[in-house]
Amino acid sequence: MTTLLDPGSPPVVADRQRRPRSVLLYRARHSPTLMIGVSVTLGLVLTAVLAPVVSPYQPDHQDLYNILSGFSSKHLLGTDELGRDLLSRVIYGARIAMAVAVPAVLLAMAAGLIIGLIAGYFGGGTDQVAIVGMDAVQAFPAVILALALLAVLGPSLRNVVIVIAVALAPGYARVVRAMTLAAKQNQYVEAELSLGVSTTRLTAYHLLPNIAPPLFILIAMDMPSAIAIEAGLAFLGLGVPPPSPDWGALLADGFTYVLISPWAILAASLALIVVTVGFTMLGEALRDVLDPKLSGVRGVSRLMPRAR
Amino acid sequence: MLRYAGRRVAAAVLVAFGVTLATFLLMHLEPGDPARAVLGIRATPTAVAALRRQWGLDSSVPVQLGHFLSQLVRGDLGQSYIYNVPATSLIGSRIGQTGALVAVATVFAVVITLPLSALAASRKNGAADHAVRALSVVGLALPAFWFGIVLIEIFAVHLHLLPVGGAGSGLGGRLEALVLPGLTASFAMAPILVRSLRVGMLDVMDAEFVAVARAKGLGELRVLFSHVARNALVPTVTLLGLNIAYLIGSTVIVEQVFNLNGLGSLLLSSILNRDFPVVQAATLVLGAGVVLLNLATDLLAGRLDPRIRLR
Repeated sequence: MTTLLDPGSPPVVADRQRRPRSVLLYRARHSPTLMIGVSVTLGLVLTAVLAPVVSPYQPDHQDLYNILSGFSSKHLLGTDELGRDLLSRVIYGARIAMAVAVPAVLLAMAAGLIIGLIAGYFGGGTDQVAIVGMDAVQAFPAVILALALLAVLGPSLRNVVIVIAVALAPGYARVVRAMTLAAKQNQYVEAELSLGVSTTRLTAYHLLPNIAPPLFILIAMDMPSAIAIEAGLAFLGLGVPPPSPDWGALLADGFTYVLISPWAILAASLALIVVTVGFTMLGEALRDVLDPKLSGVRGVSRLMPRAR
Repeated sequence: MLRYAGRRVAAAVLVAFGVTLATFLLMHLEPGDPARAVLGIRATPTAVAALRRQWGLDSSVPVQLGHFLSQLVRGDLGQSYIYNVPATSLIGSRIGQTGALVAVATVFAVVITLPLSALAASRKNGAADHAVRALSVVGLALPAFWFGIVLIEIFAVHLHLLPVGGAGSGLGGRLEALVLPGLTASFAMAPILVRSLRVGMLDVMDAEFVAVARAKGLGELRVLFSHVARNALVPTVTLLGLNIAYLIGSTVIVEQVFNLNGLGSLLLSSILNRDFPVVQAATLVLGAGVVLLNLATDLLAGRLDPRIRLR
């Protein structure tokens, strides 16, 4: 598995330690996948930030004379059952998507980083406990774990972020643990240890730089997962509470009225497809650019076989 | 094989215990008072205290955990707050629906992914390969219920071929009613399977025995099906095991779309009713189901490929 739009094989650098910056730039410039991924990501961020400027209406503005209407010059993507402009709701939905996915993924990464570093660095019993813990969390399907947690915490934007982070964290912990174990084998780590360097310094200067590239890839791959989990929760009525214009809720409402007007479903799924494909391409391109050795290895995140 | 099986079972038991502990803590660290929630804000403190005592909520958390575990080994998952029947009987009446859905979805997933990944792998970097990979990215993008909505729209609403939802009656009707939900759930898993299997098949195709088979003059289809596909079976089984959690998770949403009375809809309605013993029991059963199915695929993979047992 190289990339979706294969950019031709990038030059492979044999020695990771002596990887000139220009090679990274070369690979980046010659990867259309990366360009598309970056454009979509930027587009999403800009849409979220500029939502009040670019959307034709306020997301909760009601045009009660045009309920569940299709395409018209007034409403480019039609309206929903309350006469709200779907284009505006999809645009404002980008804010919800970002507000959920970005903190959820960063939180998951932070937690995974800490757990993975501790497990990988200390090994032994600590490692075993961490592994069983991660297996137990991952035994729960993400949606079910999120549902059970939301049952306790109650649905709100903050809690949706927390439950998605809990569901995603083991993925990071696994990768970080594996990378830490691998990095510990390096002679320079042994050398540093024999020099009596502190754990903090060793982690910051030697372990983290080794762990960082796969984490970037995982982050890009997990953004759409977070958005999809949120959409699923919203569909079940346990996402960010209404009247937030979130894409999952748009789909759920659209489903109710699908026989009258399919526009809500069209609008929301289009947004989901563009964002997910964009982030997936970004992730795959990052993997090819940062570490060609990884491409072809079975992917990351939920594509990653569990370490057993 | 026995040693391998023993190791796997031990690991599964450990994880299952972790799952149990996690669900228990989840429900008992919850700040609200379920007795108060059930009785309402106007209930007298005496009534609330009486109900708390009846449900055993007045003892300390470790004591409650001990009680919960001793009940658990006797197969008792507690009493529903809302229906006042054992949670196990609620689960028993729902588990068949979810089990059937998972089974049908797994069959569909294999039937869909094997040919697609074989096609993509045999035409590496060709048009078919790109098409399959593009489809899998789009498939990954869309939430499971999206396919459900589209399938309902096409096959139930416009073509009137299959029911819109519900469980159906009679064996034929029940199977008929599982086609669209099964397809929907399998679509949730298929993109991941296709992407990984394609890589697995490419690995096999580079192997020397494939070159030998070609050198013997076997046709490309023969090579693909009797040499490559057989060796791709083990990764398929392993991948199915790894993605079982994902599949079971998607059934919660699929059941909602197709109005099926399975464990997922039980979990959802219990959450909305704040019926914590049932939430706990359903979560536990679903989690244990994932652990068991993972174990089963591990053992199957070990059976199919002796090399795995040594790892």
